[in-house]
Amino acid sequence: MININILKPTSANFQNYLYIGSGLIFISIFDVILRSFFNVNFSTSLPGILNFFLPLIIGLVGFQMIRLEYSGNRLVDKINQSVNNNTFNAGLTLVIIFLTLLVIPPALNWMIFEATISGDTRDACVATEGACWTYIKVWFRRFMYGMYPNDFHWRINTAFILLISFAFVGYFMRGKLKSYITFYYAIFYPIIAFVIINFLISGGSFGLEWVETNAWGGLSLTFIVSFFGLIFCFPLGMILALGRRSELPVIRYISIGYIEFWRGVPLITVLFMSSVMFPMFLPSDAFVDKLIRVIAAIILFEAAYVAEVIRGGLQALPRGQYDAAKSLGMGYWRMQIFVILPQALKLVIPGIANTFLALVKDTPLIFVVGLSEVVGMLQMAKTNPKWLGYAMEGYIFASILFWAICYAMSKYSQYLELKYKTER
Amino acid sequence: MNHRIKSIIPQLLTLLFVVAVIGFFTINAQLNMDERGIDFGYGFLNQESSFDVQFSLIEYDGSHSYAKAYLVGLLNTILVSVLGIIFCTIIGVIVGIARLSPNYLIKNTAAWYVEFFRNVPLLLQIFFWYYAALRALPLPENTEPLFGVTYLTVKGYYIPRFIWENFDILFYSILAAIISIVFVRNYARKLQEEKGQQLPVLLISVGLLLLFPAITFATGMVQLEVALPVLKQLSKTSFIYAEGLSVPPELLALVLALSLYTATFVAECVRAGVQGVSKGQKEAAASVGLTSNQILKLVIMPQALRIIIPPTTNQYLNLTKNSSLAAAIAYPDLVLVFAGTALMQTGRAIEIVSITMLTYLTLSLAISLLMNWYNKKIAIKEK
Repeated sequence: MININILKPTSANFQNYLYIGSGLIFISIFDVILRSFFNVNFSTSLPGILNFFLPLIIGLVGFQMIRLEYSGNRLVDKINQSVNNNTFNAGLTLVIIFLTLLVIPPALNWMIFEATISGDTRDACVATEGACWTYIKVWFRRFMYGMYPNDFHWRINTAFILLISFAFVGYFMRGKLKSYITFYYAIFYPIIAFVIINFLISGGSFGLEWVETNAWGGLSLTFIVSFFGLIFCFPLGMILALGRRSELPVIRYISIGYIEFWRGVPLITVLFMSSVMFPMFLPSDAFVDKLIRVIAAIILFEAAYVAEVIRGGLQALPRGQYDAAKSLGMGYWRMQIFVILPQALKLVIPGIANTFLALVKDTPLIFVVGLSEVVGMLQMAKTNPKWLGYAMEGYIFASILFWAICYAMSKYSQYLELKYKTER
Repeated sequence: MNHRIKSIIPQLLTLLFVVAVIGFFTINAQLNMDERGIDFGYGFLNQESSFDVQFSLIEYDGSHSYAKAYLVGLLNTILVSVLGIIFCTIIGVIVGIARLSPNYLIKNTAAWYVEFFRNVPLLLQIFFWYYAALRALPLPENTEPLFGVTYLTVKGYYIPRFIWENFDILFYSILAAIISIVFVRNYARKLQEEKGQQLPVLLISVGLLLLFPAITFATGMVQLEVALPVLKQLSKTSFIYAEGLSVPPELLALVLALSLYTATFVAECVRAGVQGVSKGQKEAAASVGLTSNQILKLVIMPQALRIIIPPTTNQYLNLTKNSSLAAAIAYPDLVLVFAGTALMQTGRAIEIVSITMLTYLTLSLAISLLMNWYNKKIAIKEK
């Protein structure tokens, strides 16, 4: 008990305790820095475990000595409140600081200081211990465009630029045109998108050489699959959600059956189905392209999830909204379109964003049918005999890529949520 | 009359549409199968499968039937799911609570973890662990022991194997302990309601749970031997650890990726649950004189759990379905063994894919029923 009392400061002697305590904390951090950066260890004479935990013990004693309810020093008070309010928290704080110090230098070394990015062959990387970004540089086009012929990459770029510019058309619709904005995005835009991708990327007419979908790949394929997945699964999910809330029993049970079925099976088996089982269900002379089958499977699958999210929004609306709409003499569709859905969709923006994120993150699964987007291309590059042994770099590159896409999407959904937030 | 027609016509149209689609597919399937000379049926399940599976919980080789191969795949899927659920719960609860910590560093570390791991596709994470992280481990002959008796090598994780004698007696003793604990709890509740006395239920329960198995050991009815992994030379350059239990790297990578990925979602559920309990509850509990442990156990947790459990169940379901990604790194789960190898050999796409889907559907429904039952049990009983 006495021991602890000695370590406990009072407001009278706090000044001295503060000097000693912060000194001890600095010593402990300094010790870890020495161990991490310079491989020097002062306390090797001590027995193994004590040696290992020495910085932690010194640091804990230091934190113990500066812990005072109110010290008058603003910085010390802030530290005490946020990271040092009891021994357990102080210990965790130290562990996190030490781990960062131990992990960051080697990681930075590997990723930046000893890494190579020059050169065009593997030889550039042989000499160094660090990461081989040359590998990413050489394969970059493959990761972006897949096996699409190099000469035609401009077609993919143009198609995407066109798609994005058509997406912004809604921004410039003013006056009378503005009432058609939903119509434009729901019906007209998907058709434009399909036409662009069909004629520009797929080719086959207007003097453009035909490129079969097997050659498509990389990030552009991720975008194509997620793009069509997003724009089609949303309306389908909306209809299913309305169906599940319908008063007509046949429609309700069909919707429930559909939703529960697709939510109960993994996407990978759905893709299997679309590739091996679906051709059996078509007339023997009919042929549907693999990519279209896969996108259709993803749409049907994700629509069930979207439906459940939207149902949550529909259920959250108070009954009064329905009653009010009906008392104005609105029919079912007018009520849904003008009163219920706008409010319900506003409520479920975060949920829908999560579903869309899941869709983007699910696109790598199309590898099971032999289409390779970014992750699939990584697997291909990894097994290339000229570039063996650089799997780590590839995975880090792809994780950062996907992380950036998903992070941007989630931030955008948060912005939308704020924008459409109304007082309730 | 008018209203009736209005409600019947859309239903009829929907029904017609669904029947037409299903009918179109069935007729085509029939025609296609006739053309190729395949007849629909599940008889192939009894045929000899003639393929081997690398990792199996039950005895299996090529001479067994397709039905047995299906069982092997199913058990492997369940194994991954159960392990994943256990670990993702542990990690998720810790991270979820860490995100609520007043400690600035802990809160932000947890937030970074969640932000990063949930935004990277699961398949990429599985590949990362399997092809990059676990491949960097040392060969068996160069491995330093972890915790003294286990070996984490590039060929898998070798752990000691327990060899039980009369395991059933131990099992019955644990069962007896659990039953007596139930009795003790009921008795304790009665005692508290009638006389206001409290029994140290937790201590007694732990004591009973230790005491009963200990008696079976002491009397020599149950014996336990531990087989430690021992380095064994297969050929000049190839070593493995024999005797012990070996966890293949595919399983390790899969469990790691699944639990780290799902834990981020569980963490968010836990955080939402604890935040969902209003501050007034805690203050009210403190003002009637409960200790901080009692507040957590009797006031906060029961209310938080009600918010936490439904979304967490969904995450468990997702984990189970995501375990099918095992096929990507050749872990012999249901999809790889049955919808992969067996389908290639027999060519019975419709039968096999339908069985696989039905299995996952049943697993999902089973978990959600179980969780619904639990959810109902802990729901508020309003009077």
